[in-house]
Amino acid sequence: MTAKTLYDKLWDTHLIETFDDGSALIYIDRHIAHEVTTPQAFEGLKLAGRKLWRTSATVAVSDHNVPTKDIHRIADPVAKVQLETLARNCREHQITHFDMGDPRQGIVHVTGPEQGWSLPGMTIVCGDSHTATNGALGAWAFGIGTSEVEHVMATQCLVLRKAKNMLLDVTGRLPAGVTAKDLILAIIGRIGTAGATGHTMEYGGEAIAQLSMEERMTVCNMSIEAGGRAGLVAVDERTLAYVDGRPYAPRGVHWTRAVENWRDLTSDAGAQFDTVITLDATTLEPQVTWGTSPEMVVPVSGRVPDPNLEADEIKRSGLTNALKYMDLKPGTAISDIAIDKVFIGSCTNSRIEDLRAAAQVIRGRRLAKNVKLALVVPGSGLVKRQAEQEGLDRLFTAAGFEWREPGCSMCLGMNPDQLAFGERCASTSNRNFEGRQGHGGRTHLVSPAMAVAAGIAGHFVDVRQEG
Amino acid sequence: MDAFTTFTGVVAPLDRPNVDTDAIIPKQFLKSIKRSGFGPNLFDEWRYLDKGEPDKPNAGRPLNPDFLLNQPRYQGAQILLARANFGCGSSREHAPWAIVDYGIRAVVAPSFADIFYGNSAKNGLLLVTLPAPVIDRLFAECTAAAGYRLTIDLAAQQVRTPGGETFGFEYSAGLKHRMLNGLDDIGITLGHAEKIRRYEAQRQVEAPWLFVEP
Ligand code: SF4
Repeated sequence: MTAKTLYDKLWDTHLIETFDDGSALIYIDRHIAHEVTTPQAFEGLKLAGRKLWRTSATVAVSDHNVPTKDIHRIADPVAKVQLETLARNCREHQITHFDMGDPRQGIVHVTGPEQGWSLPGMTIVCGDSHTATNGALGAWAFGIGTSEVEHVMATQCLVLRKAKNMLLDVTGRLPAGVTAKDLILAIIGRIGTAGATGHTMEYGGEAIAQLSMEERMTVCNMSIEAGGRAGLVAVDERTLAYVDGRPYAPRGVHWTRAVENWRDLTSDAGAQFDTVITLDATTLEPQVTWGTSPEMVVPVSGRVPDPNLEADEIKRSGLTNALKYMDLKPGTAISDIAIDKVFIGSCTNSRIEDLRAAAQVIRGRRLAKNVKLALVVPGSGLVKRQAEQEGLDRLFTAAGFEWREPGCSMCLGMNPDQLAFGERCASTSNRNFEGRQGHGGRTHLVSPAMAVAAGIAGHFVDVRQEG
Repeated sequence: MDAFTTFTGVVAPLDRPNVDTDAIIPKQFLKSIKRSGFGPNLFDEWRYLDKGEPDKPNAGRPLNPDFLLNQPRYQGAQILLARANFGCGSSREHAPWAIVDYGIRAVVAPSFADIFYGNSAKNGLLLVTLPAPVIDRLFAECTAAAGYRLTIDLAAQQVRTPGGETFGFEYSAGLKHRMLNGLDDIGITLGHAEKIRRYEAQRQVEAPWLFVEP
């Protein structure tokens, strides 16, 4: 038998039929819905007189539009209608839905693994590009468009073409103070935002094996920022320990059988990858993005690059435009960049370990005077409750941070949490695109610990050296 | 999606080239959570004298009497006769949604924009491409006679005029199969329903934990 990659195995177990043109009918085990990308899909079903193929395969949670301050007062009427529409559609189709106010409500990619909606070996889809987060469990998880959402609800299948296999082999261990976020930012800096286009990325090597499950989620989450639709980590003991006991995880005999099956969810020795990238974890530093694309990233000890040193004309103009938008001069030390706001949250960095790592940096200090607002937005109601039990909320609020209700919040500013024009933010989210966090807002992507350190210093600092 | 066989319908002649999707359905309507109900706002800026908004009722809005769809002779039109490069501009699928929702089943023009072409096929809107001189003739005949109707026969790939003239048109075999059988992508996948069920049955044996509810 030929050696298979993990992705090959997941493909094969979900393949129903291959068509003449090379596309294939793939079975989808889990569809997770949120309010923004589903209304037209539900309406399409209704117009065509169709029902869900398998109701229990779909679950839903409200997240993108939810206010993080007063959840009972939604200022934007359009947001309100979207949220109400999801609730109504779920009632009509008898879909499990965690609405605002439900303690289990949270960001779709936080809730999925937390509830055990996402399990190893599954195909998991959601109308959102960061669905790859769930790949940390050894599941093939990827984002889809609204017409595909409708297709999955009606048929429990998608018509897909197989992607290529890419291995990110991360050797050695991450140094103390260097996090999973720094690792994925460094990977994106190395291969670029189109580096993994057309590939399913598998993260492997000693550094990945040493990561906790939540850290693996942070890495897989940003696969899309490297151009990959899906990111994977092989199943190991940590995966099994994480899944065990989750509300929707199998129990009893089912658990025993599942575990037997899941242990095979690794790439076989000698499996062929189309592309292999090797990275030495031991040399990494905390990372900070300086530009308007996640690949525009440097170590915290670095400087803003000089476009004049770039030979390629198109790249040069890209750098120049980014510098202009970010209002930065070439050669500026990263540690000389002052910030206005801090955002700790998003599906990349809003889990309990992220909040612990962030709170640890505070050590009784307060936000710098020039920091106007610092938000901590837990990834789910359960993360929030856990953090409160550990007293993290009080550490944050004592330092001047605002402690909010769970949701996507300032990751994309669909709710009122936004940057004002020209404001600069140390953000733990995943996209630093122009206008992403608010019109004219300037985003620097960092780890939670680095975001807090920047908030306290008022500018970026190496969290390993300060204090 | 309705199966598309032969049908005869009133023709409305929209005599301008490069009709873009923003003209077909202006951007303020994209905030909607729906894919139906766009018909009353089809060509909104040309059709009404005031500015349309998503939550504003359309009944009672001042109509532009000069716009063709507001003229009595074109009421109930099911075929839009148009000029070159129809459907250019943004990729919004709301454009074919609005046209279909209005009641139009086919657009006949010398050429169409690419993305609009693909989006229309997905939504059961037949786009018929005919040479510009033929289109000129049809415009002339249509404006000369109130109640002018064309017959479109997709199976034969022909357009028939009331005078009995026929014009053949090209249409992709795959799309034609979908349109004639009223299939959409979902319909085609549902054609494999038996296989999907068989796969599911086998999965229940191999991975039963995926099918139990907590
Ligand atoms: S937190 Fe941000 S990236 Fe994640 S699902 Fe929400 S909006 Fe998307």
